[in-house]
Amino acid sequence: MTEPFIEIKQVHKWFGENHVLQGIDLEVHEHEVVCLIGPSGCGKSTLLRCINALEPIQEGSIRVDGEQASGRGVDVNWLRQDVGIVFQSYNLFPHMTVLRNITLAPIKALGLSKSEATDRAMTLLKRIGLDNKANDYPDRLSGGQQQRVAIARALAMRPRVMLLDEITSALDPELVHEVLNMVRELAADGMTMLLATHEMGFAKEVSSRVCFLYQGKVEEIAEPQEIFSSPKSAHTQRFLKSIIEAGRL
Amino acid sequence: MVPSSTRTAPHFSSNRVKSIIGVFAALGIESLLIYALHQYWSTVGLLDTARAVALGLLIAIGLFGMSGCWYASRALIHAQRADKQWRAGHHQAARIDAEESRTHLASLAGIGLAILIVVFLLLFTSANGGKIRQVFLNGDFLSRSRPALLRGFWLNIKIFVTAQVLVTIWALLVAIVRQLPGRGAAPVRLLAVIYSDVFRGVPAVIVIYAVVLGFPLAGVPPFADMQDKDLQRFWLAVLALVLVYGAYVSEVYRAGIESIHWSQTAGARSLGLSQWQTYRHVIVPQAVRRILPPLLNDFIALQKDTALVSFAGLVDIVGQSNLLKNRFFNLTPVFGAALLFLAVTIPFTRFLDYLIRRDQARTQAG
Repeated sequence: MTEPFIEIKQVHKWFGENHVLQGIDLEVHEHEVVCLIGPSGCGKSTLLRCINALEPIQEGSIRVDGEQASGRGVDVNWLRQDVGIVFQSYNLFPHMTVLRNITLAPIKALGLSKSEATDRAMTLLKRIGLDNKANDYPDRLSGGQQQRVAIARALAMRPRVMLLDEITSALDPELVHEVLNMVRELAADGMTMLLATHEMGFAKEVSSRVCFLYQGKVEEIAEPQEIFSSPKSAHTQRFLKSIIEAGRL
Repeated sequence: MVPSSTRTAPHFSSNRVKSIIGVFAALGIESLLIYALHQYWSTVGLLDTARAVALGLLIAIGLFGMSGCWYASRALIHAQRADKQWRAGHHQAARIDAEESRTHLASLAGIGLAILIVVFLLLFTSANGGKIRQVFLNGDFLSRSRPALLRGFWLNIKIFVTAQVLVTIWALLVAIVRQLPGRGAAPVRLLAVIYSDVFRGVPAVIVIYAVVLGFPLAGVPPFADMQDKDLQRFWLAVLALVLVYGAYVSEVYRAGIESIHWSQTAGARSLGLSQWQTYRHVIVPQAVRRILPPLLNDFIALQKDTALVSFAGLVDIVGQSNLLKNRFFNLTPVFGAALLFLAVTIPFTRFLDYLIRRDQARTQAG
């Protein structure tokens, strides 16, 4: 087995008194797609934000591609060039056109020329069929289109791993599939991904492994077939049962 | 589980009584207007051509007042018809007519109020045989004082434009310093807080006295070395206004920066942009758009407060109008100064409103 691309060891995180992550261990290998599932507040989003160093951790360590990615002395701007993250609420910049949204970071952080960055952005936009929206402002786009632009914006940095934080949770049901299709394509291209999601059917289909988080701990981690058909932990069973009863699996 | 209905019987009011009152009110207001117009006319002392124009204007106002009577009569007609329809059992038609009647009555109320204000202005300016107009708006004095006023106003504009540019930069700097994170920045953060507290708390005119009069007395460099005393006073006045308005505007900036949701910072930082790049390209541009209206308010206030420099001996438009006022023993130059300020501030306001609307139309979904 090769070295894991992301290596999370005994990570603890507190928000004040609130012990959000209680000793998480997780490894993600290159070209793997790992889905984080679990009830709200179990720490899925927090974990993703910690890997991107948007949140500091108090104990444990996170390594990305063998490099330390947590604690002091980490060049976070450099780390983030390798680790792309997409948020539930898109977080596009409303005062910039779609094109500017995508080219800003490659120009400012990677030092690309304007024409190189534009080429890169237009190629991405063409691939997702939004090249005709390049000069529109985000507010003019549907939620699904905005989220795809947000993914393209992260991809423009050519990251080696993508963290997707419940990227379809804010979308109307009929717009979910266009975003999921984009993620499917990324998975097929071999992109390493770690994603928090409530779309169980999608998690089952796309992931190499599924990780069930419960109260800040990794409760169970297994291949999708196994975890969805014969979950071992009682918490996992209860969680999946409630999902099935809600008609979401 | 569903409770049984307890609705009352349908209620109807034809609005007739109100319409009748409206007709009397309209007639009363119109006669008041005609009286006031007559008063005004009897006190104007103008040349023949100007008289014709003035007469035409007064007649136009009188005719405009007539529309009040028209609305009142429409209201009454609809109310009558509504009553008839209701008695005939056409309830919906009756309600439509009653609603029409109320709409016309509302128009009458709006016009009536406007007319009352016009009546007040006409009577006020005709008081004492029209002497008030002579003191405030004497055409002869106005044209004689124009060159001096414009010369003075040019100084106000120079001070305003220079100060505004400097305030824009200086205030942003102060606002950013107040936002700096970390323990190392605590002393400068504290200084920024003290600065904006002090200079928002002290009257502008005191700062102007202290800086424009005090600095030369104390020989503060580099201003003390300036040979051209006018230029020295100009820069000191600018400095005083920048100190005062920088404090206000920095608070406006701060409010704007704080209003940008942290998810924008997360979005920018997650892409590998540095803290500074995030400020420069993502936070500040959005903050500035959001605070344009209050920023504009402060700039108009700044524009007006350039008049305070006259207290420190600069001969700006207020200084000029003061001299002219004493020469003519008439307040027309002061009134002219006010008109000049309006001639700049109103287009400025409209233009910025236009810019704000255009930006919103571009970035927000229709």
